[in-house]
Amino acid sequence: MLFGLLALTFVISHLVPGDPARLAAGPDANAAMVETIRKEYGLDQPLPIQFQRYVRGILTGHFGRSLRTREDVLTDLVRYFPNTLELVGGAMLVAVALGVPLGILSAVYRNTWVDHVTRVVSVSGVAVPAFWLGLMLQLAIALHWGLLPLGGRLGLMTTPPPSITHLLFVDTLLRGQWGSFRDAVAHAVLPVVTLCFPALASIMRVNRAEMIETLKQDYIVNARAQGIPDWRVVCRYALKNAMIPTLTMIGLRYGWMLGSTILVESVFDWPGIGLYAVNSALSSDFQPVMGVTLLIGLNFMVANLLVDLAYGWLDPRVRQAAT
Amino acid sequence: MDRALPLRPLTVWLEEHESARRELRLYARIFARSASSMLGLALVAAFLLLAAVGPFIVPYPEDARGTVHLDRKLEAPSARHWFGTDEVGNDVYTQVILGARVSLKVGLIITLVAALIGVPLGVIAGYLGGVVGETIMRVTDLFLSVPGLVLALAIVGALGPGIVNAMIALSLVWWPGYVRLVQGKTLALRSEVFVEAARAVGTGRLRIVFVHILPNCLSPITVKTSMDMGLAILAAASLGFIGLGAQPPTPEWGAMISHGRNYLPTWWWYSAFPGLFIYLTVLGFNLLGDGLRDILDPKSRG
Repeated sequence: MLFGLLALTFVISHLVPGDPARLAAGPDANAAMVETIRKEYGLDQPLPIQFQRYVRGILTGHFGRSLRTREDVLTDLVRYFPNTLELVGGAMLVAVALGVPLGILSAVYRNTWVDHVTRVVSVSGVAVPAFWLGLMLQLAIALHWGLLPLGGRLGLMTTPPPSITHLLFVDTLLRGQWGSFRDAVAHAVLPVVTLCFPALASIMRVNRAEMIETLKQDYIVNARAQGIPDWRVVCRYALKNAMIPTLTMIGLRYGWMLGSTILVESVFDWPGIGLYAVNSALSSDFQPVMGVTLLIGLNFMVANLLVDLAYGWLDPRVRQAAT
Repeated sequence: MDRALPLRPLTVWLEEHESARRELRLYARIFARSASSMLGLALVAAFLLLAAVGPFIVPYPEDARGTVHLDRKLEAPSARHWFGTDEVGNDVYTQVILGARVSLKVGLIITLVAALIGVPLGVIAGYLGGVVGETIMRVTDLFLSVPGLVLALAIVGALGPGIVNAMIALSLVWWPGYVRLVQGKTLALRSEVFVEAARAVGTGRLRIVFVHILPNCLSPITVKTSMDMGLAILAAASLGFIGLGAQPPTPEWGAMISHGRNYLPTWWWYSAFPGLFIYLTVLGFNLLGDGLRDILDPKSRG
């Protein structure tokens, strides 16, 4: 799979119209200089050999160099990725923490006002453009009422803690810098809300549909008949089965969130890989875009693996089949 | 001679198609009973109407061609300019309405290209299986392993910004969904009794595919295309917003929001209205798709 991903990025990077050697050499280069560059980058080699070199390069951490930041792409990714991870992690946490209970409520109180409200939220969530929602939140909450900061990760006056884990939230806590932590949280609220809204909507929707199905099952009726408390039936007996499709959706939405960071980070000026990819793509700086694509693809694969493992934890049938 | 002659074929036709008509009527009734389906249909109809007659009803048609009226720049919404004006005095309402046509075109092309690539590949993978099928599914999974927007960004980054390249990129990342859908459906249909029977009496492969398999895949494909119209419009607007999609003065909603962003918060109408239209359009296609699924494909609700 990883190999396939590398092949995909390799093919895309060869979509570039025109001669990459001439592009790299600049407009004033003469034919001899272009030739030198072609040799130096191995662009005169046949494609399979180029691909081999590319794969070997990536596996040893050579993602190329960014023309814009004049840094190694790997260095940039290491700098920006923790920010994205915190944003996506926070948004996912909120989406699951709200989406699952709201889905349950909506299923249990089906066709009451609770259900109607959550359904309106869930259809809107998928349809609303994330970047526009972000802008409107900025407009109302940050600019009009001045409740939260407009964008970025920290205020100008806040000193970031010396890095331990590269994760700002963790670092501020480890260093005991409460003020900085609060500032970081304040900066994260709007981007997290924007990013989590669509995921929240679809998690809620799947969870609701599954809970409705599960609550009709015989074993639930049986459990209720035995006088097991209602909340226990819903939250333990039914939820566990309903969580399996919900987990699939969570895995899917994780990948989708990573993709949406492109938009949300642009709106909130959040220094993550999404913003990095956009700025690079806009200045025709190609290596970073490929690096981000690879990193996100890899992340998504790991997430899907985790989801598969979680199936085993939830569903004894999967566990049995595996052993 | 017989005066009832022109009528007879009609009554015969009606009788022959009685069951089909009854089915349609039932569908229509189920659909009409659901408020959200009707809302979706209304939104989509309104959107299509805007795309069709937009250029004839806008108050300032010249404003989408890059004209400049500095004397009336950045005016707030008023009776003359319902959605206000932009930084060179062009009517935002005009541009938003004309944007419907751009979005419709983008959505249609992406969905159509994706279906035209994905459906045949899905049928081949599902029906033939073997090495070919395996290869197709591997490549499909590969494309699905990178979030679509990221892949599209990478492709547009390689091809260069612009609305045509954005459409190419989004079509290229959109087809795998159709392969997955059709392959799964074909695989299930292949072992159905009626397909077995057709094979047993010596029906050719092509005929089986076209007569027995594809018609049965039609419902889920219809549902998916309806959903995808909305999502493709959203994705294209997203690329426009980043600055890699449509370029001004093309009246594209995403690009307009991105442009108007520089004039927030004072001149909020410039970004607010195009976004509202994206939202309503995508909402319409989603609700319509949901409604269609409820009648065409009730088993796969989720």
